[in-house]
Amino acid sequence: MSVSSPRFAVIVFPGSNCDKDLLWGIKNVAGMDAEFVRHDATSLDGFDAVLIPGGFSYGDYLRCGAIARFSPVMEEVRRFAEEGKPVFGTCNGFQILCEAGLLPGVLLRNTSLRFVCETADVEVANASTRFTSEYADGQQLRLPVAHAEGRYTVTDEELADLKANGQIAFRYAKGHNPNGSVDDIAGVTNKAGNVLGMMPHPERAVEKLLGSDDGLPFFTSLINSLQ
Amino acid sequence: MKSTNASAATAEPTAEEVRDTKIYRNWSMTDAEYERAVGMLGRLPNYTEAGLFAVMWSEHCCYKSSTPILKTFPTKGPRVLQGPGEGAGIVDIGNGKAVVFKAESHNHPSAVEPFEGAATGVGGILRDIFSMGARPVAVLDSLRFGELDAAHAKDVDRNKFLVDQVVAGISSYGNCIGVPTVGGETEFDACYEGNPLVNVMCVGLIDVKDIQKGRAAGAGNSIMYVGATTGRDGIHGATFASEEFGEGNETQRSAVQVGDPFMEKQLVEACLDVIHNHNDILVGIQDMGAAGLVSSSAEMASKAGTGLYLKLDDVPQRETNMTPYEMMLSESQERMLLCVRAGHEEEITKIFTAYGLDAVTIGKVTDDGKYTLEHKGQIVADIPVRALTDDAPEYHLPDTEPARLAGLHATDASAAALHITNPSETFLKLLASPTIASKEHIWHTYDSQVLTNTVIRPGSDAAVIRVRDTETALAMTTDCNGRYIYLDPEIGGKIAVAEAANNIVASGATPLAITDCLNYGSPENPEVMYDLKRSAAGISEACRTFETPVISGNVSLYNETSHEAVYPTPMIGMVGLMEHTDHITTQDFTTAGDAVYLLSGSQGIRPDFAGSEVQKLTTGSIGGVLADVDLDDIKKTQDALLTAIRAGLVNSAHDVSEGGVAVALAESAFGFDSKSGTGRNNPQADVLGVDVNLDIDDPLLFAETVGAFVVSVPSSKAAAFEAAVPAATSLGRVTDDGMLTIATRGSGIRVATMSAKKVWKESLACLLN
Repeated sequence: MSVSSPRFAVIVFPGSNCDKDLLWGIKNVAGMDAEFVRHDATSLDGFDAVLIPGGFSYGDYLRCGAIARFSPVMEEVRRFAEEGKPVFGTCNGFQILCEAGLLPGVLLRNTSLRFVCETADVEVANASTRFTSEYADGQQLRLPVAHAEGRYTVTDEELADLKANGQIAFRYAKGHNPNGSVDDIAGVTNKAGNVLGMMPHPERAVEKLLGSDDGLPFFTSLINSLQ
Repeated sequence: MKSTNASAATAEPTAEEVRDTKIYRNWSMTDAEYERAVGMLGRLPNYTEAGLFAVMWSEHCCYKSSTPILKTFPTKGPRVLQGPGEGAGIVDIGNGKAVVFKAESHNHPSAVEPFEGAATGVGGILRDIFSMGARPVAVLDSLRFGELDAAHAKDVDRNKFLVDQVVAGISSYGNCIGVPTVGGETEFDACYEGNPLVNVMCVGLIDVKDIQKGRAAGAGNSIMYVGATTGRDGIHGATFASEEFGEGNETQRSAVQVGDPFMEKQLVEACLDVIHNHNDILVGIQDMGAAGLVSSSAEMASKAGTGLYLKLDDVPQRETNMTPYEMMLSESQERMLLCVRAGHEEEITKIFTAYGLDAVTIGKVTDDGKYTLEHKGQIVADIPVRALTDDAPEYHLPDTEPARLAGLHATDASAAALHITNPSETFLKLLASPTIASKEHIWHTYDSQVLTNTVIRPGSDAAVIRVRDTETALAMTTDCNGRYIYLDPEIGGKIAVAEAANNIVASGATPLAITDCLNYGSPENPEVMYDLKRSAAGISEACRTFETPVISGNVSLYNETSHEAVYPTPMIGMVGLMEHTDHITTQDFTTAGDAVYLLSGSQGIRPDFAGSEVQKLTTGSIGGVLADVDLDDIKKTQDALLTAIRAGLVNSAHDVSEGGVAVALAESAFGFDSKSGTGRNNPQADVLGVDVNLDIDDPLLFAETVGAFVVSVPSSKAAAFEAAVPAATSLGRVTDDGMLTIATRGSGIRVATMSAKKVWKESLACLLN
């Protein structure tokens, strides 16, 4: 890898299971310099972006993401985010970021009370974030979801804030909300716009062979924002 | 050390008491088997030893009743790297890679505690795969339940509960551990009401250089126990009653194991870390499955021709005051046994500690061929390894033709045809029957995409995953129609393999090999033995024709309730290889205007109503003479179809099975709408239809002729297709008028695609809610 290539950290908690998928997407498909960083690591020096994968960290025992947020590496992720560097979490990664307080809101059990695995119709709600610049506002995407606890929930006040600050990055298409999330929200950023969490898996949609490459611009947006 | 006859700290029966009270009978050991053990030892076995013999000589561990039959399966082939006998079979797929697969049943635990029974079924088969050094990449489930409507079930609520909980258990374990559940099948019949079948198949990928064996070789090397602690769960399964054991504080726990997918996830990663990065210090590795520690350790020693000395005090235990007997027979989940080169134990412990797991040395390999157990300063077992494994009894049990066959064969299957007066109505009823209806309600709860290799998700003839760093892909399916085998075990056995091969071929792959789960009733019933023998003969013949050796498998006997056995149900799990991902084909029509063809054997669609869904639907029962299948003829059809697919002439292919050609045409037209998320959506799917004309009488629309396919071909390639497959019959076209128009010599079928699809898609959810 050339010195100028941004370096990505893919965090691995015990029980993460989309870590290899994220690494494959960012490294093998997008061609970036990336490596795994263990949950007990105490430094993120040298990395330009942090990716938190899906899965069942610590078995999702107690509550999704509730144990992972106490992992040593999360102190570093917090510092990293406070420095304004990009942090992305998908699925369990989203849940962990919410539990850690780096993103507003919580993720509750799907209204169906069942695990749902499908390709969701997703809409780009804000194409001006560093994660979505390669999309157009309102662009329709097909992105896989696979979760039992994906019902994004915030207070009315928080929702008003999210809207006012343009923090809602993705919504499920009208009538295609798979989990009962408030306002059809599929992904949000923090107020500063450098932390994004979403339930859909963009890393599962980076190759046409597997059904959709609608997730690829997500990663190219992030890469471009680092160059 | 004191003598082997000294009993353990708790008040266990003495060797004499074991003999006099015949307590071994409670462990399903016969008097003759006990005497055999006495003869081998040259003395009376103590309590622990008798328990080891009983479990190692159980059908579940040594296949004593089925071995003579299993030996008749073809198991060799040019690509086979590992046949039956190890954790799983292995087939070479080129590029230095191999596919590892096996299926296992978890019927009895699932009947008692469906959630944990099914979950631990997934966990167990995963361990078989990674114990070979492979990364598990896909899971398929073959499920059988009782009927879901009150009219045909004794306890319909119980049946619904079982479906719900089995599916939840599979979903819970598979989703958490992060191995995609990509396929399988679910069927319903009253015979499975008391005894549901839960068969799980796992497929793994491995670099050929990394293949492991479960061997405890090299005297002085260490035996290391890794993973979860040992508890009292699963000891002797359901045959062990609590009253017979433990007068004091220690009560027998439930026989059903509890799974911890998080623990297993860590176990997979740690074991693969050792195999890939520290292979120089690893001698052998094996899963602790059925009969836990004793089975895994004795088999490892047996395969290496060595002995073992184990110190049971060092076994990590989750409960207090466990006896040697309990430790050896516990079926606690998420445990593995490693044989490690002497002096390297700490390296192994360090690796496992990094994954938050225990790794403890519990013994050594010896060169005396003995299986020796020490506990609290005493030798509690001292048995030749061979006595427990290679020298287990083998029975050639008698068989007689089942009395049912004469009666079934006297039934006139063509009578079903008389009931079909309104084909459109029959058609919709078939689409709503739970066996034919869409299983989306089930697989919607399985993560089918994790690991990002899944190309074809559940719902088509076969699931397909790509093989990274190559142009190849693997197709996989499970199949078995128990009704056919009930009517004619041998022909039914042939059909089970033929249908699996049809599914693989329709997806564009060449069949490679099979695994099986042989689910039958009690082998002590000569009629069950007949079913087993004859269906095995049919399976063997078909495997030879399709060049798919049996590389692994599992036998599950005693699937009965109140002497009512399930249909003989040998589940066939087949894997095929696609040379190029361009060949991947699904059952879905893609383009209006495409030409639709029927590929069938030389006899076309025959009046095959015996054991069919339409017979069951219209007459309420099954019967008749099952027509024999011409395997060579089917193979020819398959080869022709594969040639056409590889030449890029085919847009879709679907085999004709339950519900006949009408259902096959409809399923091809249903495609999937935008909500289903199969990754093979077609915006046109909601309006696709078909306009075809079949030169048959109405009832034959539902005949289940084996070896027929519905194929769609771009109109520009129709001439090339007809040249490549001269036997294909042109039926008509894919349309965009949203209608299923199927003309026959009679009134035919005309139904809107969407209304038929609604019935098919929503039926199962309605029945289950």
